[in-house]
Amino acid sequence: MSFDVSNLYSATAEVFVAIMILAIMLATAFARDIARGLAYVLTQLTLIVATFITFFTLEATSDFAFSNMFVRDPPGGILKLMVYLSMMVALLYGRGYLADRKLDRPEYYLLALLTTLGMMVMITANHLLILYVGLEMMSLALYALVAFDRDTARSTEAGMKYFVLGALASGLLLYGMSMIYGATGGSLELSAVHQAVASKGVDKTVLLFGLVFLVAGISFKLGVAPFHMWVPDVYQGSPTAVTLILSSAPKLAAFALALRLLASALPELAGHWQSMLLFVAAMSIVLGNLAALIQHNIKRMLAYSGISHMGFMLMGLLSGGEASAAATGYSSAMFYAISYALMTLAAFGMVVLLSREGFEAENIEDFKGLNRRNPWFALLMLFVMFSMAGIPFFVGFFAKFSVLQAVIQAGHFWIAVLAVTMSLIGAFYYLRVVKFMYFDEPVDNTPLNASGELQVMLSLNGVAIALLGLMPGTLLKWCEGAMRAAFVVGG
Amino acid sequence: MEFSTFIFYFFATVLVLAGLGVITARNPVYAALFLVLAFFSAGGVWLLLSAEFLAIVLIMVYVGAVMVLFLFVVMMLDIDFAHLREGFWKYLPMGAAVGVLLAVEMGLVLANGFGGKPMPAAAATITGQATPVACGNNICELGRVLYTEYAYPFELAALVLLVAMIAAVSLTLRRRSGPYSEKYISPESQVAVRHEDRMMLVKMAAEKEAPEGPAAPAGAEGQ
Repeated sequence: MSFDVSNLYSATAEVFVAIMILAIMLATAFARDIARGLAYVLTQLTLIVATFITFFTLEATSDFAFSNMFVRDPPGGILKLMVYLSMMVALLYGRGYLADRKLDRPEYYLLALLTTLGMMVMITANHLLILYVGLEMMSLALYALVAFDRDTARSTEAGMKYFVLGALASGLLLYGMSMIYGATGGSLELSAVHQAVASKGVDKTVLLFGLVFLVAGISFKLGVAPFHMWVPDVYQGSPTAVTLILSSAPKLAAFALALRLLASALPELAGHWQSMLLFVAAMSIVLGNLAALIQHNIKRMLAYSGISHMGFMLMGLLSGGEASAAATGYSSAMFYAISYALMTLAAFGMVVLLSREGFEAENIEDFKGLNRRNPWFALLMLFVMFSMAGIPFFVGFFAKFSVLQAVIQAGHFWIAVLAVTMSLIGAFYYLRVVKFMYFDEPVDNTPLNASGELQVMLSLNGVAIALLGLMPGTLLKWCEGAMRAAFVVGG
Repeated sequence: MEFSTFIFYFFATVLVLAGLGVITARNPVYAALFLVLAFFSAGGVWLLLSAEFLAIVLIMVYVGAVMVLFLFVVMMLDIDFAHLREGFWKYLPMGAAVGVLLAVEMGLVLANGFGGKPMPAAAATITGQATPVACGNNICELGRVLYTEYAYPFELAALVLLVAMIAAVSLTLRRRSGPYSEKYISPESQVAVRHEDRMMLVKMAAEKEAPEGPAAPAGAEGQ
């Protein structure tokens, strides 16, 4: 038993990000006047280099390291790339917002990188312990980010709520893991858990008992229906720059958590977790869409819409399971998670764009007459809203379409009908924003004076939503190929 | 009954009772002291499992440092515990119903799953996996495993602690910029001070004297 340095090569991206975190911490401690700018630039640089590392080490096979605790496989690679992208975009959007509110301290960027590292660890975990450590690293940094505006009561309250409920959810997840550990005779490694469940006459009662807690923990981290209580308050309370982070990349990581725990470790119990997720998905779609109808605050509205979107994503996840359906089901869920991240980034990016020093564009009314004020950004917001509503030829439509296709193939016709009905109802609140933008008089005529980089990136983001809607093929194929490589050939 | 079994049941009973004490004690100081007792008995159980290093670390770190710090905090902060307990009776029926239900379910499941049957044999114990180096004691074994097989989670745990440090600093450290800012003087600028900085000579045009003559205006106001 010895430690081989070659292990580190497999985890180059993780090691690089960890080293950069320490380097940025030291650099900003000594760079006095330029610390804020330096932290931002180095953070973006770190994410860009990590993107290159991950992109060029993308392989079709799975590569294990650190006594099988770490796995580098195609779905993990794609999810990591998307996490970097989401973080880069979220940090870019949030920069001016933070500077206006004197919140752009170097610690913000350090915590953002640490939460990214936590997500990377979760995405590449092949061991219950690593999944848990990654989850904690991600969540602890997020709790601090939510409370980052420490002089605002709403921000600290949101941070506190998120922290207490998040700790409870981590406890549930850990308890579930301990049951799995006990029932499988001491297996923590995911493939060992899988083998133990498949081979021996393992006690199903204890396994199922643990599974319930695992599903509860995952549902909390995704923010889906019976465990959604924190989502609206935390989204509304945290600074919009943090809401940007919170609503995009962690959803991808939570999807990876669900994929690893349920699909990689416990495919033998697929029937059970699928029926649990079926209930959770149906409930989130109904609750998210209905509650979003009555919101006046756009951050709360997007939070409820996020709950329903995560319900849709789970529909894809639960229609995998069988070896034949695994690729379609899981890949549709992954496609959904990625396109949701793109849409939510653009939506909260618009909220940031309309905000300025001393003013938070928090109400839906603040979008009134946006077309008069700036027709281009009104058009982009229209793209985002149409895409979220699932109107054809935007990326949201294809995401919904592939998920519905997968769930019908899996034989759950009723939930497809329910989901379509609910998204029709949900279209109302997305279209209301469009109505405000195009048919109402502007209340507030201040010209938009966001920074150039924000405007350029937001335009790219909006155009990407439209373009991916016109040609979703490449991304869909990537997702499917990755899932096929991980779940069909490799088993 | 063997003597060690007796010891185990003794520690286990004390542990469970102390745990109950933690959550039922009305005075938070008693609750903290119950927690200390719980840690002691858990340490005893670990000693029985011949994890003596962990047992001693548990007592040193948790009892010696964490709980003492916790007691300090409880005693120094003036928390209104009566206010915190306000909704207790209102929420008790609902909470108790859910709690009892959950406890019964868990009891049934666990009795069904684990009760009476021998535990499944451990797939691989940590120390028995590879050829163990002659390493007689606990600390040596732990160190060996931590830095080889568990190097990855070990390093990650260190980064989690870093998160906690950065979060704590960023949420609590205040550069005084409010009314107290003038109290802080950087030693650097104190050392670098020149005599021109200490006194400022202002050239200004002569002002016309007040008609009363030399009487100071400030004094006049006081009379």
